Amino acid sequence: MTINKSIKLNARNITSDEYFYGHKACGGCGESLALRLALKVLGDEAYLSLPAGCMAAVSFIYPNMAFKNNAMITPFASTAAVATGVAAGLKALNRKHLSVGFAGDGGTADIGIQALSGAIDRGEKFIYICTDNEAYMNTGIQKSGLTPFGASTTTTPAGKVIRGNIKPKKNMFEIVAAHGIKYAATASVGYLEDFMNKVQKAKEADGPAYIHVFSPCPTGWGHESDQTIAIAKEVVDNGLWYLAEYENGKFSLNKKPDLSSDIRPYLKGQARFKHLQDEDIQIVEALRAEKWAQMLAEWQ
Amino acid sequence: MSRNAFLNGDEAVAYGVKLSRPHVVAAYPITPQTIAVEKISSFVQNGELQCEYMHVESEHSAMACSIGASSVGARTFTATSSQGLLYMAECLPYASGARLPIVMMNANRAIATPWNIYGDQMDVMFLLNAGWVQIFVEDAQEALDMTIQSFKVAEHKAVMAPVMINLDGFVLTHTYEKVNIPSQEAVDQFLPAFTGAPHMMNDETPMSMCISAGNQHNMEFKLKQHRDLLSALEIIESVDREFEEQFGRGYGGAIEGYKHEDAEILLITTGSVTGTARVVVDQLRSEGKRVGLVKLRVVRPFPVAQLGATIKNAKVIGVVDKNISFGYEGTLYTNINSALIQSDIKKETYNFIGGIGGRDITKEAILEMYENLRLASVGESIEKVSYYNVRCAL
Amino acid sequence: MKNFKRVPVPPLNHINDYPMGSSCESFHITDQNSGWRVFMPVINLDKCVSCYRCYLVCPDGAIHQNEDQKFEIDYDYCKGCGICANECKINAINMVKEDK
Repeated sequence: MTINKSIKLNARNITSDEYFYGHKACGGCGESLALRLALKVLGDEAYLSLPAGCMAAVSFIYPNMAFKNNAMITPFASTAAVATGVAAGLKALNRKHLSVGFAGDGGTADIGIQALSGAIDRGEKFIYICTDNEAYMNTGIQKSGLTPFGASTTTTPAGKVIRGNIKPKKNMFEIVAAHGIKYAATASVGYLEDFMNKVQKAKEADGPAYIHVFSPCPTGWGHESDQTIAIAKEVVDNGLWYLAEYENGKFSLNKKPDLSSDIRPYLKGQARFKHLQDEDIQIVEALRAEKWAQMLAEWQ
Repeated sequence: MSRNAFLNGDEAVAYGVKLSRPHVVAAYPITPQTIAVEKISSFVQNGELQCEYMHVESEHSAMACSIGASSVGARTFTATSSQGLLYMAECLPYASGARLPIVMMNANRAIATPWNIYGDQMDVMFLLNAGWVQIFVEDAQEALDMTIQSFKVAEHKAVMAPVMINLDGFVLTHTYEKVNIPSQEAVDQFLPAFTGAPHMMNDETPMSMCISAGNQHNMEFKLKQHRDLLSALEIIESVDREFEEQFGRGYGGAIEGYKHEDAEILLITTGSVTGTARVVVDQLRSEGKRVGLVKLRVVRPFPVAQLGATIKNAKVIGVVDKNISFGYEGTLYTNINSALIQSDIKKETYNFIGGIGGRDITKEAILEMYENLRLASVGESIEKVSYYNVRCAL
Repeated sequence: MKNFKRVPVPPLNHINDYPMGSSCESFHITDQNSGWRVFMPVINLDKCVSCYRCYLVCPDGAIHQNEDQKFEIDYDYCKGCGICANECKINAINMVKEDK
């Protein structure tokens, strides 16, 4: 791991205050855990922008408001635009301006990518956290640009001819980094201390910062609600997801997985992969090998 | 001290914006709005206007950034036109539902396809239902004055709604006229500083905005918005009177009549075509014909009672529409007929559609409209909906 | 730490009682989630070593340390997802069937 100058955050030294409570997310929701802990790092001063999606749908149901912070639902495509507008407004009014956008995978990699690109390009300070649960969950588990190869969704069902999603995940972290962003990182709710410290770095960054956090969805993935953390850890340990950072123009890897590990236990634990046949699993393994060959060659 | 300058409509809006001291301007360029945002940018780059100018990557983000900035209490301006207005359409009811006093200039321009960059009013007619105050101006002076007035209307605590100022593309945005630019001191006195309202996000009482309300509550939220927009008419009129007292220029509120009181024949117009129609009215009056003109300045909220009072003496009425609601008629015609029914006023009304895709509505065309209305007034049958300055047979 | 007080649903007898715009005060919590549970987590305080793991991993923030430095569960908001029990390294949390 790269050395973080700030004090290492952990369960004992983060604030005991809660900023996200009484929300209506499904039991075991990985996204809501990512939000809860990010807000413990960011604190009261953060102004939140969330697009129409799960986290907005479960947190702003009149009259029950689950966020302690100033927060608003944005148009679906507009998380980064609204968040930077909030930052500009606060700055122009000479108020503290920590503005944070939280969006899911579809809201980030598909409909929100243009606004995100524009916002990063403008270079003003704001934080964008993509809570990636690999499909459009709020509308009922449809494929997004971040749905992994093989996953069955309601728009890529495991059919007789085409078995689930046939495209690998869009490379969102590197797309963001290609803007020359001040700070970007990937994370997983399986490694929560790592995630919280990355949020802290994003908070301290002198410009736009992006964190892409892998967040299992028991409802959409078809796993037991108590397995959320375990799955999010396993996916990092077996190399199907990676922990990395981009700062000062350089990529770095935070954790090297066991690339010879068997990915079947991970896949078989989730209904969305249940249909995969040996030849599909070989493709998943090949994609893993290819991605890691590139990262190890270029990011070391 | 105020001063006179030779400005086009876009520049006049830019001066109005500068004098209104916005905190944030977020805009994306589109013809024929560009001169306005270029001028505002130059004010910012030269240090003449202190504000955050956001170079957004699209109109959708221009409105989304404006929503973000306005939701923390920043005075916010943006400008667009045509396809850009339609591209940001999703965000317009968002801003009005959240009760954000954003002011936007819209350079009225044709809608594709066929592509065309010139003026007509098709663009804004799509968005009449967006919950915005819709103002149409006739000339560059009115554009500048209404920019300043719009912030005052939008930010009034009983209104708290976004305002769109519509300028006819090219005819108004690009035509130079002598314009009086008020002094900064006078505008500061008229338009006090704005830093937010209790329903906006703030550090003292954190707020959740743009929340969801299910079928149990959604209708009441919408009805409250509707009620307040209806009552905004009074504020629009009182702000105009206040402006007139201070600056010596008033526009009569939502509707301005011209030689209408004793007129048997009235033409209702919006925007720049009004100027041509005034010339025609003067000419016909000099021939002793009892004709008049009604300029509809505010289309939302719709001035039902004011319209009824203004046209009550007329025998026949023509409505000029620079738009077509495909498969029906001109949009203003529909609105005006409905207003007359609401006021229990029975008048013969006719719809004159022209000016589509930047086609001029000529003086001759307006003369023909008045002549057709005269024929109708003496009992001859004319088409209910007709089209002017068309180059071939229909 | 549960740092809010549940508020009643506001009386909405007139349109003026509705908020301005689509805004509502934040942390305006009128509701509870206890009815969602099938199994409830029970912390065995004799075994618990206060490692903070359950507190960290709870998606609902429904586990907190009380004044006696012991961890306790806010059953008004615990949904019974079982992450805490699954993540407890010393099996000090048991999932017990709700008795309804």
